[in-house]
Amino acid sequence: MNEEQILAKLVELASARFKTDASKLGPDDDFFAALGIDSFQAMELMTDLEDAMDVEIPDYELQGVTTFRALAGVIEARL
Amino acid sequence: MSVPLKTRFGAWPARVAARRALREAMGRAGVDPRVPGPARSVSAGGPYHSGSALRWVHEGEVLEVTLHRAPCNEIGLTMLAELEELAAYVRAGAGGAKALLMHSAIDRGFSAGADLRELHAGLFARAAEGASTLAVAREVRGFLDRIHAVMDTLDQAPITTVAAVHGVVFGGGFELALTADVIVADKSARFAFPELRLGLVPGFGGIPRLRRDVGNAVVRDLLLTGRSLNASRAHAIGLVSQVVGRGKALQAARGVATQATRFEAETARLAKRFAKPLPRAELEREKDLFVEMLGRPVVREALTKFVESDDVRPYLP
Repeated sequence: MNEEQILAKLVELASARFKTDASKLGPDDDFFAALGIDSFQAMELMTDLEDAMDVEIPDYELQGVTTFRALAGVIEARL
Repeated sequence: MSVPLKTRFGAWPARVAARRALREAMGRAGVDPRVPGPARSVSAGGPYHSGSALRWVHEGEVLEVTLHRAPCNEIGLTMLAELEELAAYVRAGAGGAKALLMHSAIDRGFSAGADLRELHAGLFARAAEGASTLAVAREVRGFLDRIHAVMDTLDQAPITTVAAVHGVVFGGGFELALTADVIVADKSARFAFPELRLGLVPGFGGIPRLRRDVGNAVVRDLLLTGRSLNASRAHAIGLVSQVVGRGKALQAARGVATQATRFEAETARLAKRFAKPLPRAELEREKDLFVEMLGRPVVREALTKFVESDDVRPYLP
């Protein structure tokens, strides 16, 4: 999977979990703001991503990560 | 994931016997069941205990304990007091139950751990009152002795104990889950020891219990990075016995608990005592270390930062 494919999957999972229109989520949006989620919900998304992509994402690698694109980059580095 | 409390008692003689057992248990625990109040609600067909943090009820031979204190079952003085009541009930024979099942009715998870706001407020209030460092240390040690007594009782209960966990299983919540003989995890569960960000180590017996169950490399990873593990990873390292789909942990845990009740009680008790020794010396050392670390300025600074933080991710280390 390349970063664009990961990004597409990420947006798909996020929109499904938080019942948000995927077309309204841009790659450079702040996902906390775009999805209206808090830290607990961000963990839920992280768990979904780990399960769907069979990858482990240490929490500390998400420090400073706020956009879908940056998150996709973190995942790509671990695939 | 709110789970409706089911109440099911058998025939009338069984209800009478159960109520008599409860009265006797409470009497032995120093609790007067005749005192009215939400913490000792007893009614035919109703829960044995219904408090503001815990409730428990007998389902056949299984004692089902539900944690239900918002926002996420933080363990402070209220939760501790009710856990002590539960421990007293277990020490008194758990009303004849052959298994104990513990789960959370809070959507966000099993438990977010110690009540840090209460700890912060307590430390600063005592300092403002002019309490000496030694006096505060004694009080913290008293709290630790109480919570350790509860955790050790649950850990060594002479019946099989099962924890059904989901969502946040952090810090003291993780430590509570680790007292169970078997952990069944919902896919949403995440386990973490984030205490180092507060300048502390886990203080409710978590590290000695975790070290008993998994390799020390895993213990160091969790302790020294503060990162969280998902349910699949926790299963892979042997921490969790079963991983089930979202919303299915309670059902699966009931299956485990019911299976445990099929064995003769004394057989199960002897087997558990053999397989699950209590790491007493290490638990004592943990309490000493926690109190020693709590006196350092870095802890108050970290607690203040946590309490005053408007970061949307305060739980990420």
